[in-house]
Amino acid sequence: MGSFIENGTIRLNNNPSILSFAAVVGKTEGDGPLGNEFDEVFEDITLGEKTWEKSESRLQEIALQKAMAKGEISESQIDFLFAGDLLNQCVASNYGVRSFEIPFVGLFGACSTMAESLIMASIFVDSNIATHTAAMTSSHYCSAERQFRLPLNYGGQRTPTAQWTVTGSGAAIITTQDKPPFVRSVTIGKIRDMGIKDAANMGAAMAQAAYETISTHLASTSTSFDDYDLILTGDLGMIGTNMLRELFQRDGFDLNDKHNDCGLMIYDLNKQDVHAGGSGCGCSASVLCGHILKQLKDGAINDVLFCATGALMSPTMIQQGESIPSIAHAVHISATI
Amino acid sequence: MEVFLQFLWAFLVGGAFCAIGQILIDKTSLTPAKILVIFVVSGVVLEAIGVYKYIAEFAGAGATVPLTGFGHLLAKGMREAVEQHGLLGIFLGGLTATSGGITAAVIFGLIVALTFKSGTKINVEK
Amino acid sequence: MKITNKEYDELAKKHSPNSKTIINMIKAFVIGGLICVIGQALIYFYMSFDLSKQDSGTMTSITLIFLSALLTGLEVYDRVARHGGAGTLVPITGFANAVVSPALEFKSEGHIAGLAAKMFVVAGPVIVYGLAAAFVYGILVYIFTYL
Repeated sequence: MGSFIENGTIRLNNNPSILSFAAVVGKTEGDGPLGNEFDEVFEDITLGEKTWEKSESRLQEIALQKAMAKGEISESQIDFLFAGDLLNQCVASNYGVRSFEIPFVGLFGACSTMAESLIMASIFVDSNIATHTAAMTSSHYCSAERQFRLPLNYGGQRTPTAQWTVTGSGAAIITTQDKPPFVRSVTIGKIRDMGIKDAANMGAAMAQAAYETISTHLASTSTSFDDYDLILTGDLGMIGTNMLRELFQRDGFDLNDKHNDCGLMIYDLNKQDVHAGGSGCGCSASVLCGHILKQLKDGAINDVLFCATGALMSPTMIQQGESIPSIAHAVHISATI
Repeated sequence: MEVFLQFLWAFLVGGAFCAIGQILIDKTSLTPAKILVIFVVSGVVLEAIGVYKYIAEFAGAGATVPLTGFGHLLAKGMREAVEQHGLLGIFLGGLTATSGGITAAVIFGLIVALTFKSGTKINVEK
Repeated sequence: MKITNKEYDELAKKHSPNSKTIINMIKAFVIGGLICVIGQALIYFYMSFDLSKQDSGTMTSITLIFLSALLTGLEVYDRVARHGGAGTLVPITGFANAVVSPALEFKSEGHIAGLAAKMFVVAGPVIVYGLAAAFVYGILVYIFTYL
């Protein structure tokens, strides 16, 4: 049973652990530095479907199937499924999981959904409410562009601060077991709006939320940066990363060796024209479920503070002249109990 | 020689209009739609104050191809319609003059949209 | 450490790189200029068929719109536009691409509610405000001519 500490931070005492995980991505991500880590790379990002929304749903369907196969459990054994995505009404998830007979909780955390779903799934297992739970999210470049920005064939220029939405899905299955990777403690963040109005610079909008959630987690769990091998943010990109590091520098901490960002790991910014890096729910999901969890499971890395961030705006609100509220959720995942 | 000069002026003036547009894209937070509106309204204004015809005379396509040319057509059509029909002309002139371009955009847009598929060549190679 | 919105905004500006305006302007100038040169060639081409200057101009616009629509469908236009920027946006080709691309994109929502309804979702303001400006001008012409 978890113990609530303070400020959204909960310590999980019953060793919820990630039984199995899977990440599936598109061609652009497969061509990136982590290309070989993913369970499947789809050269054709339509995945054989007629619309981009259906393609994204298919990504989720496949990710969950693969995670279940790797964990050798069937869908009837999964007690609760937590999933969400960027699309209106989270339809990628709704239509992606509709064929599964699993009690479903839909979530919206924008690009923080991987952390948000992992937190909920872990709490349900830790509280002995469930034996197995699943956490999943996805994003798709094409479905995100047509909803948030401009038609795909539109001829425009992206600004240097713009990020590229990852086409990918990550799924994780959580249970109580004595094998890593363990979810030790979590922090549910508060919404932070610093007045940034540029929807093409989401890294800048989200950096403060990441800074505060990470700081809160450390303070509430009485840990310091030395207790972690990696502070991993979701998709701050180049700009958000530099801002985050400066914010911590002002507090006297140098994060340059300890911090990395999934948006900077999933693409090669020198070879791929992705400007400030990757973004989208699928960004942190695929890096976590494709690469990081593997490292934790094998003991190559011991303690990761995974902090995914989300920009909680919509095109309507931006057009109304509003700024971008952001949120960040943190999960301490460890190779040791 | 005269033809060559016409091409040169078309290139220079058209390029200049685009360079101005690029400054708007890079230095302001104006969306593409707003920039297009600025150009078309500028074309109306330039025609209204009588400046446009001088630019068009030496720049040729350099003045008519940019969207300012669309604005100039709207204004010119409006003026001719008012001269011909009186006040009723303000409802007739604009769309009549630009009907060629608008119809072309709609029809070719429809044909292309029915024929092709979007987003088959998503590419980030530098 | 506490940070005000204003300080945060300055931090964001500090770490946000600006577009390479000079290079972009040169590319826009060259590509936009070339499109106008093509336009000029088309004007001469149509005039050689004894079309009036006005009709040649109209035929040139129609031809450029057709080419832009075709290249949009072939996904060539957006590749050029990445470099061209305003050089592809400002000429009438930009208007055509802005009409064709949403029609193509939203076809998945049907031919009526998608393709047709969304056709002017990007370029509509050009017609609305262009017409509005001309309308005001028309009233002024009437006032000064007849009154």
